[in-house]
Amino acid sequence: MPTDPEPTGPAPTGPEPAAPGPADPEPLIGTHGVAFPGGYTRSTGPVIGRFLTELRDGRLVGVRTASGRVLVPPTEYDPLDGSPVTGDHPGVGPAGTVQTWCWVAEPRPRHPFDRPFAWAAVLLDGADTAMLHALDMGEAAGAEPPRALRAGLRVRPRLRPEAERTGAVTDIACFRPEVTEVRDTGRLDYTVRADPALARYLDAQTEGRILGSRARSGAVYVPPREVDPADGTPVTEEVELPPTGTLTTFSVNHVPDPRAPEVPFVTGYVRLDGADVDLLALVSGVDPARVRPGMRVRAEWLPPEERSRTRPSIRWFVPDPPPDPLREPAPEQEER
Amino acid sequence: MSAPAPDVAVVAYARDVHPGGTGAPEPALVHRVVTAVLEQAGTDRSEVGFTVSGSLDYLAGAPFSFVGALDALGAWPPISESHVEMDAAWALYEAWLRLRHGDDDGGGGGIALAYGFGKATQGSLPDILARTLDPYYLAPLGLDAEDLAALQARAVIDAGRAGEAELARIAERAGPPETGGRVPPLPLRPGHTALPADGAAAVLLATGPAATRIARARGVRPVWIRGLEHRIDVHSPAARDLSRCASAEQAAAAAGVDEGPVHVAELHARHPHEEVLLRAALGLGEGTGVNPSGGPMAADPVMATGLIRIGEAARRVAAGGADRAVAHAAQGPCLQHNLVAVLEAGPDPEEGGPR
Repeated sequence: MPTDPEPTGPAPTGPEPAAPGPADPEPLIGTHGVAFPGGYTRSTGPVIGRFLTELRDGRLVGVRTASGRVLVPPTEYDPLDGSPVTGDHPGVGPAGTVQTWCWVAEPRPRHPFDRPFAWAAVLLDGADTAMLHALDMGEAAGAEPPRALRAGLRVRPRLRPEAERTGAVTDIACFRPEVTEVRDTGRLDYTVRADPALARYLDAQTEGRILGSRARSGAVYVPPREVDPADGTPVTEEVELPPTGTLTTFSVNHVPDPRAPEVPFVTGYVRLDGADVDLLALVSGVDPARVRPGMRVRAEWLPPEERSRTRPSIRWFVPDPPPDPLREPAPEQEER
Repeated sequence: MSAPAPDVAVVAYARDVHPGGTGAPEPALVHRVVTAVLEQAGTDRSEVGFTVSGSLDYLAGAPFSFVGALDALGAWPPISESHVEMDAAWALYEAWLRLRHGDDDGGGGGIALAYGFGKATQGSLPDILARTLDPYYLAPLGLDAEDLAALQARAVIDAGRAGEAELARIAERAGPPETGGRVPPLPLRPGHTALPADGAAAVLLATGPAATRIARARGVRPVWIRGLEHRIDVHSPAARDLSRCASAEQAAAAAGVDEGPVHVAELHARHPHEEVLLRAALGLGEGTGVNPSGGPMAADPVMATGLIRIGEAARRVAAGGADRAVAHAAQGPCLQHNLVAVLEAGPDPEEGGPR
C-alpha cells in the first residue's frame, strides 16, 4: 500500500493541535543550576575499584568473565549474561586498536581538549571489549580529521604524571597514536653559478626569446648546451625556437610546489617546434583531466617586471589554441 | 486457567510540540494533549482506569517535576497513577501491560492513558543526556550524547551500511539543516541531529469492547497493538558492535514485525545513520514509508518523541492510510534501548476480518 505523507479521510487521533493558550505576556526568564554540593560520592565496589587503583599505579587491568572473555574496563558482571565475573584481573594493553571514532572539530566546554580531537573506542591488546576515551591526534590537527585516523589505528594511553593520578578514568589523559614515522626536517642550501649556456638561455628569456643549440648532427637542443651529449662534439650554433610546441607526456601533481601552490597541477614535457628534445614545464589553462599527450601548447610569459635572470621567464604552457569547452575530450594534435 | 489477555487498541492521540521552545509550563502542555485525547474519544477522566507518564526531571533540572504535571489531570480523588523516568513510549508499555492483566482501576472499563512531556530547550540536551552515562568510566571523560552518536555514525559508515550521501539524503528529508551554530562531531554534519523541542503527547488505550465502541463513534478503525516488545543492549557503547542494533532486532522479532507487510514505520531516529540501522534491524524494505510524519529529525520533544511515533503510526492506520504499521522508540546512548510496536487495523467484529 502506498503511504501518503498525510493520511486522507478522517483523522480521529490528532494531531489536532490543542487550542493554543493565551498569548504569552512579556517573557519572564530566569536561570538555575543543578549540582550536588561538594560532589556526589559513589563507592566503586571491588572490581571497578581494582581497575582504578591499578590505573593510579600506572597499570591497566581487565577482569575475566566465567566464559573467559576479558572485560575492559571491568564490571562486576558479564554484560552478556549477567553472570558474576571471576577474580582474575589480567593486565591488558597498554597498546590498543581504534574500533570506531568521531572527530570533534569544535570542542565544547566539558570536553578534555580545547582544540580538535577525537573520541575513540579502543580495544586494548588482550581485551575483548573496547573502552571509550579521548584520542589526541596532535596540535596540528584541524577541522578535518587527520588521514591517519581510521578504524585499526594503533594507539596507546598517555597517563597523567603519577603525582597527579587520583584513581579515576581520567588518569588516562587521553590516547595517542603509536609512533610509526619520524620526520626529517633537515634542509640544505646551495648557491649555484650558471654555466655560460644556461646564463644566455635565461637572459634571452627575460626578453621573451627561447634559445637552443644545434649540434653537428643537426639535432637541436633546448636549453642550449656547449657540447652534444650524443657524441661529445661541440655544438655548432645557437638557434632561436618558437614559443609553441607539442605536449609529449605529462603528470598530474597533488603535492604543492613553490611555483605551483595550487593542486592539482600539471607538469609536462613540451617538444618545442623545431627542437629534438623536450622541455620540462608547467602546463596550465586547462582542466588536468583534459590534458592529453599531443596537445598543442604555447608558452605564457611572466610579465616583464617579474622576469629575472635567476629563473625561467616562461610561467607555464597553455593550450594553443585555448581549449574548446564544448569539445570532449581535449583537442588532439593536428600534426606532429 | 486464567482468561486470555484482552486485545488493546490505540483509540486517541494528540501532540503539542514547540520546536522553538515555549513559555507554557509543563502542566499546561500536558493539559492540552490529555484534554484533546479525551475529547477525541468522547470520554472523560472518570473513565480512565490507569494513568502513566514518562518524563525526565533533568530536562527541567528540578526533582520530582513530573509530579507537578499531575495538576493537569485532576488527580483528586486519588487516581491509579504511575510514572517512568523514560520516554513515554515506555509509559504506554506499562499501560498496555496493566490493561492486558486487567490491572486497571476503572471498574473494568478498560481505558488507560499514557502521556509524556518535556521542555528540552531549557538546558544543554547533550550534557543532560550524558548524565545517564556510566559514572565511573564514561561521564568523567566529558563525552556527550552527540559525541556518542557520531561514534556510531562512523561505525555505520565504516561497516559499509550507509554512505555519507545517503545520510545527507535522509537528513534533507527532515527539512533544511538547523545547526544551532556549532560544527557537530564528524562524521555528523550540520543538520544531522534532531533539535530539541518543548512539547507533550498523549495516547489513550482501550481494550476490546471500549476500543470498538470509541472507534465506531468516531467513524474510524480501531488500531490494535498486535505486538509490543522492548529489549536493551549492554550499557557501554564500546562493548558492542555499533554498526548494528541487536536489541532492536530482538524487539522487532519478538513483536512479530516480519509476520506481515509494513506499510508505514515511525522510527525514533535522531540522526540519519540511526534510521539506516533501524531499517535494517526491523527488516524494513522499499515498500515501507518511513517517518511520514517527518520523524524526530523534524521535531524532537524529548520524552514524548517515542510516544509520538506510536501515535503517528496509529493515526495513519486509523484513518486508512495504512493497514499495518510499526512504531519504534529508543533511548540510551547509541540506540541502546529499543521498543517496537506492531499496529494493525481491525478486525471490527461488526465488519468482519481485517482488510
